[in-house]
Amino acid sequence: MSEGSLRIHLRYFARLREQFGRDGETLDLPPGIETVAGLVAHLAARGEVWAAELAGDRVFRVAVDQDMVGFGALLHAGAEVAIFPPVTGG
Amino acid sequence: MSLPPTDIRITVQPEDFDLAAELSAMRQADRGIGAVAAFVGLVRDLNLAADVTALELEHYPGMTERALHTICDEAAVRWPLHAVRVIHRVGKLHPGDQIVLVLTASAHRHAAYESNAFVMDYLKTRAPFWKKEWTPDGPRWIEARESDQSAATRWHDIVAHTYGNTDHD
Repeated sequence: MSEGSLRIHLRYFARLREQFGRDGETLDLPPGIETVAGLVAHLAARGEVWAAELAGDRVFRVAVDQDMVGFGALLHAGAEVAIFPPVTGG
Repeated sequence: MSLPPTDIRITVQPEDFDLAAELSAMRQADRGIGAVAAFVGLVRDLNLAADVTALELEHYPGMTERALHTICDEAAVRWPLHAVRVIHRVGKLHPGDQIVLVLTASAHRHAAYESNAFVMDYLKTRAPFWKKEWTPDGPRWIEARESDQSAATRWHDIVAHTYGNTDHD
């Protein structure tokens, strides 16, 4: 892992898991990406379904280490970052 | 005088649950309980065409239990609760099946009623469960409802007004 970059563990659920075709991945973020907003922009830059789900009108939520957070939340090395649609339990 | 800690029990399971058994266990464990409010959520035909054959519930193991505990802890801060029991089912369910149980126990009925609604309203916006409907045309994910978000926000406003703080959510 290069200096200044973060390795994080991503998890996807429900519609996003199906759209992305995977339930998670481990990612080494490029240096300079330190927040949830930066991560989301990085993923959306993959294009296609990633852009459609993360850079369009669709609503989604993010949890870091199993707590829901806002886009300004800071990431840290080893963080478990989950991205999922608004919840529909109960 | 401080109350003993609230007995909070959370279970996420595919199996069905028995309301009578859960109620019995709760009241036998604590003779100080004077009122128990019970909410049981059922799987219904979610669309008007009534063609839903099954409902599949996905969740985020670990975060689900953590989120439910946090919600119950928040309820226990706001109301004098003796016990809270939450059971939420996951996996494949069918119309008419029980899906969620919330029991709230207190010495008095108002705390039991109000905290029960609070737990359900927050569960619907905070606990990471997702429902997928199965129909003859295939599966489709259920979209979150704006009214669920406003129900949770309503508690924020009530608590802010009553307790003068807004840091509870």
